[in-house]
Amino acid sequence: MTTMHWLPSPADFRQSLKSALEADQAEERLENLAAVAQLRLGFVETIQVDNALKAIAKDTASGAAAGFPRVRLAVLASSTIDHLLPAIRVAGLRRRLLVEVYASSFGQYRQELKDPASALYGFKPEVILFSLVSRETVAGVLLTASAEEAQGAVAATIDELRGLWREARENLGATVIQQTFLDVTETLFGSYDQMVPGAPARVVADLNAQLAVAVAQEGVLLLDVARSSTRDGIDAWFDVARWLQSKIEIAPQAAPIYGDLVARLIAARRGQSKKCLVLDLDDTLWGGVIGDVGLEGIVLGEGSAAGEAHLALQRYARSLKARGIILAVCSKNEAAIAEAAFREHPEMLLKRADITAFLVNWTDKAENLRAIAEQLNIGLDSLVFVDDNPAERARVRASLPMVAVPELPDDPAHYVRCIADAGYFEAVSFTAEDRQRVEQYAANVERENLRSSFQSMDDFLRGLDMSLVFGPVTAIELARTTQLINKTNQFNTTTRRYTTEELSALIAAPENITLQFRLIDRFGDNGIVSILILCRDRKDPGLFEVVSWVMSCRVFGRQLENEAMNVAVESARARGARALHADFIATARNAVIKDLFSKLGFSRLPGPTPESTTRWAVDLADYPIQPTFIRRGAKA
Amino acid sequence: MTNDEILAMFSRTLRDLLADESIVLGMDTKRSDVPNWDSFSFVTFIAAIEMELGIRFRVAAVESFATVGDIVAETRTLQGK
Repeated sequence: MTTMHWLPSPADFRQSLKSALEADQAEERLENLAAVAQLRLGFVETIQVDNALKAIAKDTASGAAAGFPRVRLAVLASSTIDHLLPAIRVAGLRRRLLVEVYASSFGQYRQELKDPASALYGFKPEVILFSLVSRETVAGVLLTASAEEAQGAVAATIDELRGLWREARENLGATVIQQTFLDVTETLFGSYDQMVPGAPARVVADLNAQLAVAVAQEGVLLLDVARSSTRDGIDAWFDVARWLQSKIEIAPQAAPIYGDLVARLIAARRGQSKKCLVLDLDDTLWGGVIGDVGLEGIVLGEGSAAGEAHLALQRYARSLKARGIILAVCSKNEAAIAEAAFREHPEMLLKRADITAFLVNWTDKAENLRAIAEQLNIGLDSLVFVDDNPAERARVRASLPMVAVPELPDDPAHYVRCIADAGYFEAVSFTAEDRQRVEQYAANVERENLRSSFQSMDDFLRGLDMSLVFGPVTAIELARTTQLINKTNQFNTTTRRYTTEELSALIAAPENITLQFRLIDRFGDNGIVSILILCRDRKDPGLFEVVSWVMSCRVFGRQLENEAMNVAVESARARGARALHADFIATARNAVIKDLFSKLGFSRLPGPTPESTTRWAVDLADYPIQPTFIRRGAKA
Repeated sequence: MTNDEILAMFSRTLRDLLADESIVLGMDTKRSDVPNWDSFSFVTFIAAIEMELGIRFRVAAVESFATVGDIVAETRTLQGK
């Protein structure tokens, strides 16, 4: 049976749930329930939390759940999935998302997708998950089928899926998630199954192989339940009794982990995946307490099983770094001794240069985690804190509930599995910027050092020697543009999210102005760090609307907003525009730019907009191009 | 486990699943006596009991259960094995 072993077990679940629901205010109950959702829950406990959530949702139906964005998810399935829906909602709550779930009636998804009058269309899903079984395809392939026939049947299934994905995307404007096919087949030939094109196990393997190719081509997200079921064992995921009784393919005991896998993907799509792995040192990155046993005494490296276990964690951390995860150290130690381990211990795989933020002192760890987030200019909710000491973990969970703290097992041999299974770093893309991110954050730390060495801000900015390369968003920048717009929460004027296809349509429309900005300075290339999208007003061709403006937090405070607006104003003027309009839609995360438009010289427009939205305008005839320390580079 | 212990555990599980604190199961209780205890939530109830007690009911046995008492009896048989 599979459990979410990285989450701490509740001491007394019933008591935790009861006290969570005792608060007077619905908002407080919701906050408390989100904390309960952080515990390791079984099938029934998950349903209990979901029932409590439903009761609270009734009280907060007016949308008063501040800090808990709502997401509408439709699950289109060809097996019974009703028992999985509570787990999806609870896993959403674990990530502070209120997921409204719509489930198509059993096997009716094709018809619903084709019928604009269907309940599916009425629901207006933002995300559509296809949760399908392989039985139809497997049954359609004769055991005696030739390789060509078997491949043809698989290709026909995949082609049908492509059509369904397009309908979901184009007609409903939803992000599409396709689930891989569980292999619930029984062996016929033994290991030789894989050599027989029509053998059920081989058909499922081929389906999943072709599915991976198709989703990449179509820009669909993949929910790899097949991989998880291989990892956990198929018996943890599939129970033939449940299939016979209710046509349940994903068994009730797998519901909590299934829900978590779905919510991970939805959260990753919203830019909520973790960004930084914070590591303790003693008994985590190496065995033993270095202050007691000295550099020679720590357990690390080849030759001892325990030493290799710690080394495996270092290797895993280094791989995460290679995919763009920032590494930090937070340890109670003498800084000089810890530094020496990194520089001098021959078995240390992680080098001091791999660690972007290095907080080694005797200060409280919660304080140090705050310092790390501040140094890297990322949210505390972007941190994963790995520490073998249960007391430190409990302390951090209590004072910084937004920091993810895996419940490490006793044996360091299983540390990597614990961190990996938790899915903190779920990705929905892997771009050139990801590959360079760690260097970029390291350069940022150097920039900060430069800042503190200068007397004035102007001297600092001049000393950075910044240049800006910009141009319209083209197909080449589409992946990064989609990622930046959908992940950015702080500098994001409207927090509108777009699918690749929607952005593709926006950049193709000649009446729109799209701009991408790449900032280079003496410490390196920051990559594409800001996107501006302006749409021409349909009625008034002299008016452009700033529909989306995002900027990476890595380049805050560098005058890039001024220079980017200069470029936008020039581009709009070149199209004969008179004025720009912009909405600022306040969220829990973008308060950092609440004065952006007024600082840029826009004036507030009156208007019956929702309370969280303010409307701004600027006349281009009087807009003064703002002086900055950023030079214009060649147009990209 | 005694019949009463099993009944108490069954009642608690069904209350949790259906969010209905008024549920009290007796040996003679039928599924139709309990509001919202439909065929699907009956299967999840069986699954929940199997997980909690570490037993597996035969598919044919589950089909033959007419009363809660039948499930209790089958549970005791499986636990006795």
